[in-house]
Amino acid sequence: MATLTVSRPPFGGFSFENCRRNAVLEGEANKVGCSLPAARKTGTTICGVVFKDGVVLGADTRATEGMVVADKNCSKIHYISPNIYCCGAGTAADTEMTTQIISSNLELHSLSTGRLPRVATANRMLKQMLFRYQGYIGAALVLGGVDCNGPHLYSIYPHGSTDKLPYVTMEVASLSSDWFLCSSCSGSGSLAAMAVFEDRYKPNMEEEEAKRLVRDAIAAGIFNDLGSGSNIDLCVITKGKVDYIRPHDEANKKGVRTGDYKYKRGTTGVLSKTVLDLEVVEETVQTMDTS
Amino acid sequence: MAAAASMMPNFGQQISSKNDLVPDWTRQEVSTGTTIMAVEYDGGVVIGADSRTTTGAYIANRVTDKLTPIHDRIFCCRSVHPTLTLWADPVCRGAWPHLLCGGFRSGSAADTQAIADVVAYQLGFHSIELDEPPLVETAANLFRASCYRYREELMAGILVAGWDRRKGGQVYCVPIGGMLVRQPVSVGGSGSTYIYGFMDSNYKPGLSKDQCLELTAAALSLAMERDGSSGGVVRLASISEEGVERRVILGNQLPKFSTH
Repeated sequence: MATLTVSRPPFGGFSFENCRRNAVLEGEANKVGCSLPAARKTGTTICGVVFKDGVVLGADTRATEGMVVADKNCSKIHYISPNIYCCGAGTAADTEMTTQIISSNLELHSLSTGRLPRVATANRMLKQMLFRYQGYIGAALVLGGVDCNGPHLYSIYPHGSTDKLPYVTMEVASLSSDWFLCSSCSGSGSLAAMAVFEDRYKPNMEEEEAKRLVRDAIAAGIFNDLGSGSNIDLCVITKGKVDYIRPHDEANKKGVRTGDYKYKRGTTGVLSKTVLDLEVVEETVQTMDTS
Repeated sequence: MAAAASMMPNFGQQISSKNDLVPDWTRQEVSTGTTIMAVEYDGGVVIGADSRTTTGAYIANRVTDKLTPIHDRIFCCRSVHPTLTLWADPVCRGAWPHLLCGGFRSGSAADTQAIADVVAYQLGFHSIELDEPPLVETAANLFRASCYRYREELMAGILVAGWDRRKGGQVYCVPIGGMLVRQPVSVGGSGSTYIYGFMDSNYKPGLSKDQCLELTAAALSLAMERDGSSGGVVRLASISEEGVERRVILGNQLPKFSTH
């Protein structure tokens, strides 16, 4: 069966060449007393909803490295094709590269068929790639778009299973890679967002209502989950038009300092003043070689 | 992080010292702990399934469709071995990840979806070659071939059911490990353990289609009542020469059994 891919052809699973090196490095690092850098994960709350004319995708913008925020404004909604976008949670590198690979393959496929790509095609490509890597690619995705058959929304898990639903939320999935043994991901972001959806979702909503719902769902994730934060990005996909709103809502603007620790001149009273003239004892000049 | 990296415990359940911040289910695979069932009647089959997909203790999808069409008159019901997620021996895993011991993986929705996709493709191709609708036994054998060959890597239990001209309605059971056996009625999944007694006492050969539908709905409701990994709605389908009839029984319309 011919497959149309520009990426390297699949050859036998994951490459474990560096694992021995990693284990050695880890041992040495532990001996010295320091630790290896944690995989940068996008803690994350992402979600999507199907409304009357299309799909609204939403994401927060915080990327964490362990318990520290690595990027306060990263972009989690990735381009797949002009009518299909994909939110990514999990290991930042994995979501970025996976979506880029599939986007590239899908463009070639679309040129070959002469048609606008379908969301189901992107879904198939993503799930087959992720299943091939048996969950070692830590990418949990919310894929949404509008094609000739209408608006579609899929959630794709790192092991390669997918669900087709009218509304989905996603959080960081399981461990990113076997190198980084401990996972400090927080997963309650999607639960908070799902709670908002379960309460207020209605089929065939209007665009503004859908945008408000997604904004509130992501906000719930941001304010109740340590791994999510900063701004809310939205992407509204309808037939023939994509609105990539970044940021849609700066929910966490940095505050302005109200006070100042600088003391004004005159705050401290002067009791006495002594002036000491410096006496020049010796003066030498040393020229610098500037050639 | 050094402390965290060095304290590699044996099982995933205990891995984090930050237990409060890190819910367990974030590290679990997506599993379809399930109840599925298939019954033969004269002229076709009735199949049914619950609709719950879980990642640990969180329900990832409460309206899953586990009745997957493989061909026009052949369906498969997907289920999974209800083990908890265990991780392979940490020594193995850290140094030689490619030596992950099979049997430590939990079953997953990904496995059953992938197998179903592969078999649907193979069966479709075979049917075009034959230029006639494929046999249910063929479909079941394709499932068995995949499940048996990759038995160490996969953990999926599947019921294949359908109608063909040669033998009418048939149900084939392909459990974990890749056995293949034809049965007049079969239940599978984590919830099936709770309804063996009900099946033994209530199934009789020679039921009509409506009786089969009632029996399936009742059995699934009982299983969903008792099994935490099964729930949601009951999806039923009846397959015969005329075609496939699908219906959904919502939560509040399920047959009730207990008085309290």
